Amino acid sequence: MRRRTFLTSTAAMLLLSACGGNGDDESAAPAASPIGGDENAAATLTFWAWAENIQRVVDLWNQKNPTQKVTLSGQAASDELTAKFLTAVKAGNAPDIIQAEYQTLPTLITNNALQDLTSAVADVKSAFAEGTWNLTSFGGATYAIPQDVGPMMLFYRADIFEDLGLKVPATWEEFGALAETVRKKDDKRYLTTFSPGDAGWLAGFAQQAGANWWTNQGGKWTVAIDDEATRKMLTFWGELVNAGTLLGDPMYTPQWNSQMNDGTIIAWPSAVWGSGILAGVAPSSKGKWKMAPLPQWTAGEQVTGFWGGSSTAVAASSKQKAQAAKFAKWMNTDPEALKILIEIGLYPSATAGQTSDGLSAAPEYMTSQPDYYESAAAIAQTARGFSGWGPNTNVTYGAWEDLMPTAVKDKADFAAVATKVQEASVADLKKQGYEVA
Amino acid sequence: MSSFKRKAAPYLMTAPAVVLFVFFILVPIGYAIWLSLHAMRVRGAGFGIRTEVFVGLENYVDALMDSAFFESLQRMLLYGVIMVPATMGLALLFALLLDAPRVGGKRASRITIFLPYAVPGVIASLLWGFIYLPAVSPVTSALKTFGLPAADFFGDVSIYFSIANIAVWGSVGFNMVVLYTTLRAIPKELYDAARLDGCAEWQIALKIKIPLLRPALVMTSVFTLIGMLQVYSEPATLRPMTNTITQDWVPLMRVYQQAFVENDIYLGAATSVLLAGATVLLSLGALGVFRVRNARSAG
Repeated sequence: MRRRTFLTSTAAMLLLSACGGNGDDESAAPAASPIGGDENAAATLTFWAWAENIQRVVDLWNQKNPTQKVTLSGQAASDELTAKFLTAVKAGNAPDIIQAEYQTLPTLITNNALQDLTSAVADVKSAFAEGTWNLTSFGGATYAIPQDVGPMMLFYRADIFEDLGLKVPATWEEFGALAETVRKKDDKRYLTTFSPGDAGWLAGFAQQAGANWWTNQGGKWTVAIDDEATRKMLTFWGELVNAGTLLGDPMYTPQWNSQMNDGTIIAWPSAVWGSGILAGVAPSSKGKWKMAPLPQWTAGEQVTGFWGGSSTAVAASSKQKAQAAKFAKWMNTDPEALKILIEIGLYPSATAGQTSDGLSAAPEYMTSQPDYYESAAAIAQTARGFSGWGPNTNVTYGAWEDLMPTAVKDKADFAAVATKVQEASVADLKKQGYEVA
Repeated sequence: MSSFKRKAAPYLMTAPAVVLFVFFILVPIGYAIWLSLHAMRVRGAGFGIRTEVFVGLENYVDALMDSAFFESLQRMLLYGVIMVPATMGLALLFALLLDAPRVGGKRASRITIFLPYAVPGVIASLLWGFIYLPAVSPVTSALKTFGLPAADFFGDVSIYFSIANIAVWGSVGFNMVVLYTTLRAIPKELYDAARLDGCAEWQIALKIKIPLLRPALVMTSVFTLIGMLQVYSEPATLRPMTNTITQDWVPLMRVYQQAFVENDIYLGAATSVLLAGATVLLSLGALGVFRVRNARSAG
């Protein structure tokens, strides 16, 4: 029983459902048109982003470009930002520039909310590795500039590994055997937890295993979420979790924080930004964590996937696109800007950013690993993403996050979830009017 | 002139309420209905561009065929079967106990019972979440100290009690205050007369207080029922902590999922219109049942 009366609460619920909007034909054209205008003309730009302390980069820009002022509007987490941005586009008050996670780009593009930047950013393409550049290119057009990437790696408690006499696993097979060894040697500890509610994490594992969830040929979509690579990966985790060898509890809960801190969980497959998270959730084990490459499917191979990372995009509705694109390019390629990005904890997408001065010193938390960024840069070179994202990535991620936790709870076949997600994804594509091969 | 003034006056006085009603209730409802009749469809090959088109009742068909929605309704009802009687029963019990003569510490108990109501639902859920999570739970560690098996608050069945518990904890106080205030307004002479006739305190409670409380009980019951239909913040806040709560655990979570996770605001609108319709029917139904009963007992 809440304070609200019946009518107002019904209205609030309806308001909730009504705060989307309608984008009609009138705005259908601009996304495809090339950028016009002078990129050096005076401008006042609005920038929506959520990365902490990104204001520092904006300050530097404003100091250097007094006639092109950028105003930062700090926003909530990325998923909410997508919904909020689409709403703002329909309401006609969208910002000029937006920070967008890679997998949200398709939703933004097909909702006609982003500007095609292909011609404006061609000159900085060489500053990025090809795999990274592909993260923001769709059907031959580039819609955003990569900002930071999250190549996946394995964090582990070096002190506990030493105490128990454990060896850092080089392959997933060794990882599985190690998980059992940990249980045998100390039944209070687990090697790690399989967090079922994070689709981005699963996608990273699938990328490493060689999956390509979406391909488009001749206008037709092929969805391969239940392909062999993804099923192999899920079966591997499923056997360990269902046998009780690994935990199946979600990450980012008070319980997880406590377990990461007190050594109940002694390894964490994460991404390069993981050290920052560890500093927050496990402050008392500072200097005890180390980072290694993710275990491999085939011994001797060196491949990893991406987890997280974001890009800078320009709104289709912006009236100062040329200047906005200039800012987006500068922020992600200028050496001084990159240096600040590193200082605020982002791992830049630009190759120059991954070798620049800022990265020579390890993050404060990783005192036991002075060559943290050197290793990270080497691992980043081996990261492979999907060849592209599907136009309904959000629905696919939603289906994973809905179905996977239930499978873990019921000790069901993990690989069967891939089939269900595949079905949900294809059904949604067809419903929206896409051609599916 | 003065007759015009007299005629206009009532309209002027109701104008603010009417304007607010139109803009903040009727217009959003109308917009939600309009949205529910449209959808985004793709034009062009490959990535294509989504455009808004009229799809008639397609979204309603989808919403009614949606098994996830009906499963969420079932879970909500299970939750309600626990939450509604527990809230009402405890509120009534506390109100009667506080109203009984010669009870000490009334003021302090009243405030203590009422206090959880002042805690926002999300905060309450986070607090309870700590107590429910085995690795950080004081309850689990206390049980362990005594060598008892650890309780699983996120089991398939216990989850309903865990979530209902948060809602009950938060809403008993409010209902108790409403009932208690009504009790205080009952003339004391009735009790004196009953005592002269040899009534014990529990008989007074059963035969005098509860019948006289009926209007207040009806009101608080309807509020609690609506609270059940609107359950959202407790399961939504606990969801990241456990695999037992899915993204579409209760109807409002399903609406949120449709509108903002799957970015299909149109289907979300259709589902919320259906849910709002059901809420209206249920509320009218509940009021109707109570009214019939009242009429019978009066006649």
